[in-house]
Amino acid sequence: MSDPTSLTLAEARDAVRSKSLSSRELTEAHVAAVAAARPLNAFITETPERALAMADAADARIARGEAGPLEGLPLGIKDLYCTEGVRTTAGSRILDSFVPGYESTVSSQLWRDGAVMLGKLNLDEFAMGSSNETSYHGPAVSPWRRPGSETALVPGGSSGGSAAAVAARLCLGATATDTGGSIRQPAAFTGTVGIKPTYGRCSRWGVVAFASSLDQAGPITRTVRDAAILLRSMAGHDPKDSTSVDLAVPDYEAEVGASVAGKTIGIPRQYRIDGMPAEIDALWAEGVAWLKAAGARIVDIELPHTRYALPAYYIVAPAEASSNLARYDGVRYGLRVPGRDIAEMYGNTRAAGFGPEVRRRIMIGTYVLSAGYYDAYYLKAQKIRTLVRQDFERAFADGVDAILTPATPSAAFAIGEKGGDDPIAMYLNDAFTVTVNLAGLPGIAVPAGLSADKLPLGLQLIGRPFDEGTLFSLAEVIERSAPKTELPSDWWSATAPTR
Amino acid sequence: MAKASESKLVAGATGDWEIVVGMEVHAQVSSKSKLFSGASTAFGAEPNSQVSFIDAAMPGMLPVINEFCVAQAVRTGLGLNAAINRRSTFDRKNYFYPDLPQGYQISQFKHPIVGEGEVLVDVTPSEQIRVGIERLHLEQDAGKSTHDQSPTESFVDLNRSGVALMEIVSRPDIRSADEAKAYVTKLRTILRYLGTCDGDMEKGSLRADVNVSVRRPGGPLGTRCEIKNVNSIRFIGQAVDTEARRQIAILEDGGAIDQETRLFDPVRGETRSMRSKEEAHDYRYFPDPDLLPLEFDQAYVDELAAGLPELPDAKKARFVSDYGLSPYDASVLVAERDLAAYYERAVASGGVKRDAKIVANWITGDVAAYANAIGRSVQDTHITPEQVAALVDLIADGTISGKIAKDVLALMTGEESGASPRDIVERRGLRQVTDTGAIAAAIDAIMAANPDKVAQVQAKPTMLGWFVGQALKATGGKANPQVVNDVLRSKLGL
Repeated sequence: MSDPTSLTLAEARDAVRSKSLSSRELTEAHVAAVAAARPLNAFITETPERALAMADAADARIARGEAGPLEGLPLGIKDLYCTEGVRTTAGSRILDSFVPGYESTVSSQLWRDGAVMLGKLNLDEFAMGSSNETSYHGPAVSPWRRPGSETALVPGGSSGGSAAAVAARLCLGATATDTGGSIRQPAAFTGTVGIKPTYGRCSRWGVVAFASSLDQAGPITRTVRDAAILLRSMAGHDPKDSTSVDLAVPDYEAEVGASVAGKTIGIPRQYRIDGMPAEIDALWAEGVAWLKAAGARIVDIELPHTRYALPAYYIVAPAEASSNLARYDGVRYGLRVPGRDIAEMYGNTRAAGFGPEVRRRIMIGTYVLSAGYYDAYYLKAQKIRTLVRQDFERAFADGVDAILTPATPSAAFAIGEKGGDDPIAMYLNDAFTVTVNLAGLPGIAVPAGLSADKLPLGLQLIGRPFDEGTLFSLAEVIERSAPKTELPSDWWSATAPTR
Repeated sequence: MAKASESKLVAGATGDWEIVVGMEVHAQVSSKSKLFSGASTAFGAEPNSQVSFIDAAMPGMLPVINEFCVAQAVRTGLGLNAAINRRSTFDRKNYFYPDLPQGYQISQFKHPIVGEGEVLVDVTPSEQIRVGIERLHLEQDAGKSTHDQSPTESFVDLNRSGVALMEIVSRPDIRSADEAKAYVTKLRTILRYLGTCDGDMEKGSLRADVNVSVRRPGGPLGTRCEIKNVNSIRFIGQAVDTEARRQIAILEDGGAIDQETRLFDPVRGETRSMRSKEEAHDYRYFPDPDLLPLEFDQAYVDELAAGLPELPDAKKARFVSDYGLSPYDASVLVAERDLAAYYERAVASGGVKRDAKIVANWITGDVAAYANAIGRSVQDTHITPEQVAALVDLIADGTISGKIAKDVLALMTGEESGASPRDIVERRGLRQVTDTGAIAAAIDAIMAANPDKVAQVQAKPTMLGWFVGQALKATGGKANPQVVNDVLRSKLGL
């Protein structure tokens, strides 16, 4: 049998189910790959013993004929999901030694369905970033490189560890979260598939909060089918999350390969932004052509408030974050740096515990919620949010089934290249993705080709609320139509396995 | 805004002053579990033994509204004759404090669950005022910090963290310490009737923030100070008086009142500054994104309204109209739901008709005096409503006099505890003497022994009382006073 890490999640599932491969073998191969890939810094915490114990338990269930939908499949978990008994850092110093006494709803559903945990994946601190460079544990490194270059590239963020690990075949799939693009942008940068489901589709319970009205859990995988399989296990109503929605979870995998003939695809001209590289525009045009060839109808649509979405997002998200992160105060858990009195202890703890980007957003958020500024910033941003959502509602009311856009304005950049002095340059990465979070819609990023630098580029499909199924059908057309690209070859492990 | 009656004004060196008070009462919802978590709310547990992951604000934890608490807030709103808002929202009130684990309190700022209402308050037997309710909203309580267990550290108990509170905000319709006390007393009565708050101020289930200002009678409102967390009705009265005196003294010295938050120190009988307006927190309120707007339909409100108990105002009106009680007696009896029920059980005991006013007099008089003497409520003494009814019946059918009845009651509270009044009367031979012959004989003896008094009473008939007393004494108090009176009058020719 070939290297089990090169299987897709669906292939591995079928192999394990048919007992041609044991979960133990599959998991051992992945544990070894994880251990060999430390230069990628994709994992903050590796849990090999737990993984092997879970694999053995999975094999026992398979032997008893009790296999769940994800039985025996090794996954990585973004270190924003609380895992009972396993350190959960949120990529922050302030939670560096935090071990939750509870398991997030989404991850517990994965274990319910038989999945195996390989460890906790790197991320931007508290999911605030677009390059994984704000992590207290250092940046995750993309397995992709420009041809002939050893320059380390970012895997995107905030789910950089998830994207890097999946692209590097360290796990069959990974959980991620998306507040402004944190699933879709890293998926696009690493040639993987990432879906942010509709707000309310997955429970937020047990996932460290960044911006509660925008945060959603979702998977990153190597294929559209794999994303459909994982999302089905992750999704579902949770009475412990008041914002989760009580709707049945469809069989998303059944939508993969379904005909898209007759679907209406909207193309918003507002996503053709100034300074966008020609290759992104060309990729977009190719995506249109592939969907057209598959029988979809293409229409131009207007999303007139798009240009206001990014500034509105960078008010709403920090505002919520400033409040959500108030609990990290050194009193009950996590880092405490003593002071002469309680106020000094707070100051010392939070100054030492949070990195510069998190501190910046806490300050922005505190400012926009302050008396005298609330109306001018937070309230206005909320109004823009409503207008952005109404733009989409109008398009859907006019018969559009999904909207096609580029996933990111560029391919991956080098570590240290962006955002040093100018955080706005980094924020612009989210230009095409934040609208979807503001409107609470599902969005999927799917690999569509390579840049001139031979780096992955992705397209984004935006769907109607709770119509993730249509996104899987459409994304699979793009996946099938796009030129085949090989996953990056292994340069990172000292003893690269023969492939 | 109402102007105080003359008698409520405070005389200062430069003229009269009017006190203006508005109150924010925090009432703990009688719920077994907290507002947004399943943790227990039982009082007096070991510190930090009733704290869920949510109450401790662990990462990734989310609040889920406790529907029972919502129902209690709606019921309380109905009890305050208030508008029920079928859509309300939760906001975060952000500030840092060690006993506030989330770094924010979940409260209702912009859109509370209950809007405007009104409470009728009896200040004295003859004076009733109306106090407007501005709003009632649901919010979380904080934990408790203690600073006296270590020289260098403070300790935090999160058992209270997340407990559901109803904050009931009054309009500034209160004009004196007595009115303030009467308002809180009435509010407490309504809450206890509804069962939405146990009203136990000693356990902190009911606390008041008292806003006090003074002004020239009917003039523009003065600058107010807020006295935080006053935890007894007596202290509320003292805090109002103390603070009003402080403000008047400053104003009469030509000074100005600083808007600030103060604390009442009952030991030293003064209020002290806690923080000034400049130091006031910017709470950065914004809608809590973890909670959806709280919405319910009119049918839900109607169902809760249909299940409400009879409230004190309605009960009082019924006691006045059905039992012929004075408004004062009625308000005394309805002050506690259990006392009102006790009274009604006594009135209706055994299905026999009896004078409800006399029953009321006994309960608010001798029985209440006894209860008070042993530090209990009437309904918590061992004197049952059936015993009170039997006592009243014994008087009504002439078996004993009112005087003997007092002795019987005294026996019931002591050596004859638990016995029925009728048994006590029979066993102890306390039955009233109505035999005219026996009474006449006793009177003859008294008249024969006191010819001077006979002469005096014939000149001055009010002296009759002396003869009545002597006759009752001679018969061991058992003579029917009416018969004694009749016989005396005929024999003395009055």
